[in-house]
Amino acid sequence: MALSFIKDPRIYQIVTLSGLLAFGWSAHAFEIDPIQFAAIVLASCATQWLGSLLIATRPDFKSPLITALSLTLLLRADAIWPLAAAAAIAIGSKFALRLGGKHIFNPANIGIVAMVLFTDAAWTTPGQWGTAVWFAVLLAGAGLFVSYRSARFDVPLVFLGVYAVLVFGRALWLGDPLAIPLLRLENGALILFAFFMISDPKTSPDGAIARAAFAGGAALLAYLMMFHFYIADGMFYALAILCLARPLLEWANPAPHYRWGDPVASLRSIGRRQPSKTNSTHPVPAE
Amino acid sequence: MNRSLKKSLFAAASAIAAITVTGGAVAFCGFYVGKADTKLFNKASKVAIMRDGKRTVITMANDFQGELTEFATVIPVPVVLEEEQIHVTENAILDHLDAYTAPRLVEYFDEDPCVMYDRMEMMAAPAMSVGAVDKLRKKDSLGVTVEAEYTVGEYDIQILSADQSDGLAAWLKENGYKLPDGAEKTLESYIKQGTKFFVAKVNLAEQAATGLKYLRPLQIAFESPKFMLPIRLGTLNADGKQQLFAFMLTRSGRVETTNYRTVKLPTGMDIPVYVKNDFGAFYKSMFEQQVEKENERAVFLEYAWDMNWCDPCAADPLSQDELRELGVYWVGGDDKPGIMPRRPMPQARDVFVTRLHISYDAEHFPEDLMFKETNDRSNYQGRYVLRHAYKGDAQCEAAEQYRANLPKRYESEAQTLANLTGWDIDAIREDMNEAGQSFEEPKKDSWWKRLWGNDAKEG
Repeated sequence: MALSFIKDPRIYQIVTLSGLLAFGWSAHAFEIDPIQFAAIVLASCATQWLGSLLIATRPDFKSPLITALSLTLLLRADAIWPLAAAAAIAIGSKFALRLGGKHIFNPANIGIVAMVLFTDAAWTTPGQWGTAVWFAVLLAGAGLFVSYRSARFDVPLVFLGVYAVLVFGRALWLGDPLAIPLLRLENGALILFAFFMISDPKTSPDGAIARAAFAGGAALLAYLMMFHFYIADGMFYALAILCLARPLLEWANPAPHYRWGDPVASLRSIGRRQPSKTNSTHPVPAE
Repeated sequence: MNRSLKKSLFAAASAIAAITVTGGAVAFCGFYVGKADTKLFNKASKVAIMRDGKRTVITMANDFQGELTEFATVIPVPVVLEEEQIHVTENAILDHLDAYTAPRLVEYFDEDPCVMYDRMEMMAAPAMSVGAVDKLRKKDSLGVTVEAEYTVGEYDIQILSADQSDGLAAWLKENGYKLPDGAEKTLESYIKQGTKFFVAKVNLAEQAATGLKYLRPLQIAFESPKFMLPIRLGTLNADGKQQLFAFMLTRSGRVETTNYRTVKLPTGMDIPVYVKNDFGAFYKSMFEQQVEKENERAVFLEYAWDMNWCDPCAADPLSQDELRELGVYWVGGDDKPGIMPRRPMPQARDVFVTRLHISYDAEHFPEDLMFKETNDRSNYQGRYVLRHAYKGDAQCEAAEQYRANLPKRYESEAQTLANLTGWDIDAIREDMNEAGQSFEEPKKDSWWKRLWGNDAKEG
């Protein structure tokens, strides 16, 4: 019982995201008011509790905590309410916007998109991550990958891979120094997004091919929005759009739905890689 | 009892004045290219950018100090500009914006500790037409198209588009522009991104007609989804680092860079009073220290404020006319420049100003500055505090306590200054001593001296 508790990647995510937050705080990397953080956590957990009550299930606070940490790291506001609203929208969307037994949007992502797109009260800070924090996020992401490599960790790798190919390709075509694409990749928000947001197994397709298309499509769309339409928040919009298109991808490449604690059936099903025996019971990472 | 006098202080503290110690040529977004072989360097520049949606007005200060015939600049622009989109304005407006947003030194004078602690805030104030030619569009053998030619104010301006960077480079050289090494590669990148080039030289006759000894700021207005400032060309012929001050005028809130970290400078610290004599040196050292601390890769926020007011005001907020001149098209154009310190104006102007300071070179800032307007309307200012100790001869227990605490306070000011600037702490202490901030513990009177009228007896 205890082992399965630790094996839940959500625990790992909560620990690493909290560590990142503490590191960012102590290094003055970002300005987060503890009261704002508390409001985000409270709103997330309260919404989860309310939603669970409505559908008569036992509330689990691991996911809302991860959502709250992601929002704290990625979204900014002067006031408290926009952040609480983002948290409520994020968790509320899990209960309200469902299709085929799954929620449609990545919770933290839709919370951010809703507040940035429809209000003037919140904003993201894609450039606010110093190199030290970037490296910390990369380490955390890599740690997650090593610990849960049997899980669906193809999502961040495909996302970052496609994105890297695009920004390096652009630089080569323009004849730019490679310092420019490197600068674009050394972005804490991007790495955090890849390892802790888009990788959410609950909102990425279950089939491996669909999942690769999902991650690659998000990278392409994010790249286009950022470099051709100059939309700084492009990656968040890209993920929201891909989440909307996900049912189509799942229809084209059907696979059984993922539940927390499931072994990774889909990887086995395409026969590319057999999860090792020791890892076979590892569940998959969470948003 | 003597009550301390409340004085106000005006110490020149413009960061421009403080930081620009180079003299010589200064780039805006582009690079200076000499027509003769004189090697020209770019060191510091001031740019104001109005941004609202896609609408952009860029005002580029020009403190070029060489021979006017030597002045030439190449600036990447996103679109071909019509004549009405180019303008020349006055230096005074940018100077005013600089003054209004400059980091400030404030001074407090301690009250008589026997009466009460009160604070008085003072601030340091910082320093400080169009004629047309014809339009033509021809493509020459180098693949360079002169999309348009204008004479605006004292400048002869051409808008170029090009197919090939070597063609453009050859064209520029043929026309007397001297290109730094590596320019072709950077030009190629811009050409592939569909960029046009705004090239300007001084029209000597027009310049003489202005009767001015300097060149006025150039302004361009255009619409583009790209919210950025091209700095790459300017790094090519730079010898060492350059300083850029970008004043952003927006509607919704603070501006930050998306591809570099934007950092608020440390602010609000108490520092030794002798800094008043050379705030410029202090600010420069502090800034350099912070640049170092951020691995030379950060953009620094020096001011972010609602243009309706200021507190303390380093200079009055800009008038509506001045704002309009800088491209803030949504404010009315008929108010009088007036006194409006400390309190919000009755009619909101809806202008938020962000002052960014960047110390850059090609190694640490390989990419152009990409900006983003946030909805952050919280106010920030670079502000450094001098606290003068009470000098009167107050005689009470509180006064003794107060005097006993002074060395500790001075020590903490010394530490703060050393941390901020990297200056030697012993040298700081020495300077403080000289300025009357002594670290010696004051002699303590025995408590009974205040009993039975002993103090009166001593006279």
